[in-house]
Amino acid sequence: MTTTATEQDTASAEESRTATGESTGDPILQVRNLQKRFGGVVAVDGVGFEVEQGTVTGLIGPNGAGKSTTFDLITGVQNADGGQVIFDGTDITGRRPEQIANRGLVRTFQIARELSEMTVLENVMLAPPNQLGESLWRSVLPGFRGGVSEQEAELREEAWETLEFFAIDHLAGEYAGNLSGGQRKLLEMARVFMTDPDMILLDEPLAGVNPTLEEKLLDRIHELQSEGYTFLLVEHDMNVVMNHCDPVVVMHQGKRLMQGAPEEVRQDERVLEAYLGGEVEQ
Amino acid sequence: MSDGDAQADDTTPGGDTEQSVRDRIWAVASASDIRLIAVTLLAIYAIFLFLGIVGGLDANGLYSSLERVTFFAAVYALVVLALNLQWGYAGLFNIGIAGFMAIGLYSMHILTVQIGLAYPIGALGAVLITSLFGALVALPALRLRADYLAIVTLAFAEIVRSILGSQRFAEFTFAGFDIGFGGATGPDGTLPDPVKFFLYKHPYSLRPEPNAFGEFYFGLFDLFIIDDSTAEGILYALFLSLFVGLYYFLLVRTGNSPFGRVLKAIREDETVAKALGKDTRKFKITAFALGSALMGLAAILWYTKRGGVTPTNFEPEVTFFVFVALIIGGAGSNTGSVIGGIVFGALLFRGPVFIERIINQRLEAEADPTTIFDAFGGIDPFIVYTTDNLSALRVVLLGVVLVILIQRRPEGLLGKRKEIASSIDLEDRTGGEN
Repeated sequence: MTTTATEQDTASAEESRTATGESTGDPILQVRNLQKRFGGVVAVDGVGFEVEQGTVTGLIGPNGAGKSTTFDLITGVQNADGGQVIFDGTDITGRRPEQIANRGLVRTFQIARELSEMTVLENVMLAPPNQLGESLWRSVLPGFRGGVSEQEAELREEAWETLEFFAIDHLAGEYAGNLSGGQRKLLEMARVFMTDPDMILLDEPLAGVNPTLEEKLLDRIHELQSEGYTFLLVEHDMNVVMNHCDPVVVMHQGKRLMQGAPEEVRQDERVLEAYLGGEVEQ
Repeated sequence: MSDGDAQADDTTPGGDTEQSVRDRIWAVASASDIRLIAVTLLAIYAIFLFLGIVGGLDANGLYSSLERVTFFAAVYALVVLALNLQWGYAGLFNIGIAGFMAIGLYSMHILTVQIGLAYPIGALGAVLITSLFGALVALPALRLRADYLAIVTLAFAEIVRSILGSQRFAEFTFAGFDIGFGGATGPDGTLPDPVKFFLYKHPYSLRPEPNAFGEFYFGLFDLFIIDDSTAEGILYALFLSLFVGLYYFLLVRTGNSPFGRVLKAIREDETVAKALGKDTRKFKITAFALGSALMGLAAILWYTKRGGVTPTNFEPEVTFFVFVALIIGGAGSNTGSVIGGIVFGALLFRGPVFIERIINQRLEAEADPTTIFDAFGGIDPFIVYTTDNLSALRVVLLGVVLVILIQRRPEGLLGKRKEIASSIDLEDRTGGEN
């Protein structure tokens, strides 16, 4: 791994991330020949692609191309019928969702799944991995609870900073169910970042988000990209994909149609045929 | 932001002109959870005292009725708290409560009466056994959605009840011990009453003689013209209240912690909890086992006062009573659970019996009609019928209360409450960059 030493203090704890947003040529995620059938319907039919570290990779395709199912297969929400998913050098095919998340590969959902009867802060505080207080006896027994509270105080600060970063700190004490659609998307992102991930799969993060918020969210994504996070993004808004994702993977009928820079995708006849139509020409 | 106004916000609706007495009482009572519980209990005592005095009970009768009320309020609070952990927090729909209570109590009987272990050791063993059964039943819950778990638990409770009541298992040998469930009438032998150990030298002699503490304690109550058996009952009620306190402490700590946070997340959306890296299976089993163990212990504390054990104590009815109590108080809140248990146990469960008793006592006093007119015209036959069947009608009353509650206040008496699942105040951000 080539370390671009542009910053003085090398982030030792985050050795899997690079210091800049430059792609290093290392694929952090490799998807090979994934397959999934629902009865007679073949949802994912041998899709394969790679995501390089530090990129914001777009995953596009017409409705029913199998994007969301591919996400589910990668993150273990559904089990693949065939194929392989390799994350950070480890085969994670068939692992349970929580195991995959704990390896640093986390996702958001197409329809924001906020925990509505929990406050925004509770939502965010849920996410950090390996909390001491998650073991019952530590939380309950006198003498151990002090340590739990200490860690909680640290996480609380981190949670507030994350909420500020996503500009929803004014909603901290609100029930998540009371948030607007866009705010829920921000909350989901905030929650995902509290897990301290390496790579984040975003399933239509901008659907239902107003333009101002959209700008904000995209800024955040690029800011985080420059810190070394990797993103894989399913999105329908072509302007967003063309301006913010590189490279772009195009899926069609459960297969990978092509992969390339936005420019190449824009000009590819097959892609236009499959789904873009004349939309990109504007 | 101060946390004071955050609390006020969600309890009192605006409308400064109509700051009624009720609102002000509510404001005082809801200032702290413990106070809220205390105010509820005192209000219920006041109701019973009033009815008792109107009904012409003597001092001993009054104390005895308060003792009974406390007993049922406490035992229901215990079971409701346990259910709140499973259903209120983790969303695990357990409608086999009666089964777990039965396992706890029967294990207690076998370990103490039949095998001869001391009370605390027997209780500990029984609680462990119940938690093992809880973990076992929770296993299918790992894969099943809420309503299927409900079916599994209901079936489990019924299986437990029929095994316990079956003649086949009335007596058998297990690991060298001759034990048994005693069939339909339950096993022979009276369970030890823990309170008697504090009061008597030899609790199980025919006429137990008080020990030093017993002498003092009964002497104290003699001053208030309270007889020994009522005094003993009062001590038992206090003993139960102590356990309500322990349960409450344990469960508030469990709920207000990262552990409780994961349970809530499982209730809200398990897929999210998993996607955030939580091994939800572990949390579900732990919560279910702990809840079941607490139900078992509650049953032990409930029935060691009565002594006898029969399978009829554990019909599905018990489970539904506990659910009604939790819905009254508000699922998801430990304070609500205690209040739900108190309101249910005292007013709905004990209340009708109490009213029936004092009315009958009144009627007996006035009874012996001298003329045919007295016999038929004096009291409306409908009232006679109603008072004679009050305790049977209590199930009807329950239904009515439940319907009104679900329509008017589905979130429970206390309304929506923020009991934040954290060991610290999350909104009070100290140590940040000020």
